Amino acid sequence: MSELLQFLFSGVTVGAVYALVALGFTIIYNASDVVNFAQGEFVMLGGMITFAAHAAGLPLPLAAVSAIVLTAGLGVAMNKLAIEPARGAPVVSLIIITIGASIFIQGAAQIVFGKQIHSFPAFSGDAPIRVAGATILPQSLWVIGGAVAVFIALWLFFTRTLLGRAVLATSNNRLAAQLVGINTNFVMTLSFALSAGIGALAGVLATPITLTAYNVGIAFALKGFAGAMLGGMGNPKGALVGGFSIGLIEALTAGYLSSTYKDAAAFVVILAVLFFMPQGLFGRKSTDRV
Amino acid sequence: MKTTTALATLMALGLTTPALAEIRIGASISATGPAAFLGDPQVKTLEMLVEALNAAGGIDGEEVTLIHYDDGGDPNKARTFATRLIEDDEVVAIIGGTTTGATMSILSVAEDAEIPFISLAGAIEIIDPVRPFTFKTPHTDRMACQKIFEDIQARGFTNVAMISGTDGFGASMQAQCKAVIGDYGLTLVADESYNPTDADMTAQLTKIRNTEGVEALINPGFGQGPSIVTRNYAQLGLEIPFYQSHGVASNGFIDLAGADAAEGVRLPGTALLVADILPEGDAQRDIALAYKTAFEEATGTPVSTFGGYAHDAFLILTDAIARAGSTEPQAIRDAIEQTTGLVGTTGTYTFTPDDHLGLDLSAFRMLEIQSGAWTTVE
Repeated sequence: MSELLQFLFSGVTVGAVYALVALGFTIIYNASDVVNFAQGEFVMLGGMITFAAHAAGLPLPLAAVSAIVLTAGLGVAMNKLAIEPARGAPVVSLIIITIGASIFIQGAAQIVFGKQIHSFPAFSGDAPIRVAGATILPQSLWVIGGAVAVFIALWLFFTRTLLGRAVLATSNNRLAAQLVGINTNFVMTLSFALSAGIGALAGVLATPITLTAYNVGIAFALKGFAGAMLGGMGNPKGALVGGFSIGLIEALTAGYLSSTYKDAAAFVVILAVLFFMPQGLFGRKSTDRV
Repeated sequence: MKTTTALATLMALGLTTPALAEIRIGASISATGPAAFLGDPQVKTLEMLVEALNAAGGIDGEEVTLIHYDDGGDPNKARTFATRLIEDDEVVAIIGGTTTGATMSILSVAEDAEIPFISLAGAIEIIDPVRPFTFKTPHTDRMACQKIFEDIQARGFTNVAMISGTDGFGASMQAQCKAVIGDYGLTLVADESYNPTDADMTAQLTKIRNTEGVEALINPGFGQGPSIVTRNYAQLGLEIPFYQSHGVASNGFIDLAGADAAEGVRLPGTALLVADILPEGDAQRDIALAYKTAFEEATGTPVSTFGGYAHDAFLILTDAIARAGSTEPQAIRDAIEQTTGLVGTTGTYTFTPDDHLGLDLSAFRMLEIQSGAWTTVE
């Protein structure tokens, strides 16, 4: 019993990180159909800037906020300098541009922050919480809480606010959105700022568990992307469920079968789901109106 | 000392070889890329040593020029750079190959061109079988396993569990450990693995904890993985003796894992890591302290074992060039092979025609982390 509980705790800890990263993909995807492969770099920057600011003497909360704001600013810069000039290019070209941006950010981070692995203290200490013979770190609860909070905020944003609907409208048909008076340029800028901010938040919350280095972004992006695909790209609920599912599948496979096959097991499940439900678990059906 | 006396005598007799030409040494190192963590201190070490050597008059009055390229750990680039070093830069010897992959590329080029090559990578395949022009300075993974198993045996345990990273380093060491575990009469009762980017290994550790009769745990791997394993080990309240590998032998590991979690962790490391606490009479004390002080002053970053490999390679090479009194690659190669009792930061090197590593198990020190600092076990 305590064994199963420990596997579940392990899965939830990892899954929450995947879910947080997956949530970051949703906004840009919803605004432009672009899968932003620099999302992992935003996560890395969140952790790295917090580390650097904390090491420079800022208190941890202030360091975390400055990391999120700076990264959001960087997201805006990326939109202005790399995505906007290529407006009108096919989505595939834009995705390739985000891969280029990812490589650029990684290289710059390597020069600015160095090549060492870094971390900063957990928010509520390192003493594990014991539940029925299993243990979980307080920081895992922060990550889980962060993932749920971001999910609720995104869900409210997309369903209850005019701005959120404007984002969806821009994605659906850019020209039509402009015709009804939506400032699509502003929507794009906003979506990059929000996505980068959420990515940085994920980095801030996860770094005390996962540690950070200039090159961790790709691994984050791949697992987060897998979570988002499983749940249904663009749907916050899908990102949350997808991220947690992958974490749990990995942990249970490692616990009951063999740790050698845990990544394979997760991808077999993803392939199976996508085979029967190409839109993912909660993906929107493509609605082409004539 | 003996060498200089001998050379002075020769010079006095007017028999010394004609003055050496400018000595060009090549290097291909992973200053960037996935192995930058290892290659970065190596490049800085070589630059620092060349500068210090030239300031002190070079080798027999001849300046040493270092030509180095960044191969990013990519074997294809390493091959290109090795060719360029030999054909365009006309170097007399090559140091480098931070990773085993890059080393294997450089090795074939250097052997074809008959240029001495000293590798900084770990795998045993580099010097087994022995190739005439290839040498290496770091211990092999197999020696790290042997050192750990010796210690486990001495503590009277027989049942061992392993949790290994699936990266090149972890996978290679896992294989080497399995190959030699039988020699020590130990049994591997659990063999788990993790992906180097994983965030949590409590599932694997729980499985190991529930395996019957586990008496010791070994974690081959480098990067952030071992730090996370160590934290999870503490989180689960495991108490079996815990061994890390030489892959994480740096102060950074204690910081990342946390001093509390790392308490009591043992690993095979080099004298460099414990230079401050080596006893006065220790043969490696002076050289390890000198390198540590110089490196930390020059770069402002803590010294690492990996930089030490580059230090020793440079030491072996310059010592051999001085003894050879020539910049002919063949003469340098012969002089390297005759190196005897040369004290470096990693160990004391004695090469023979059958042994191009030149180190034995005594070069590894079994270290234990106590109250956030390294101590020696022996």
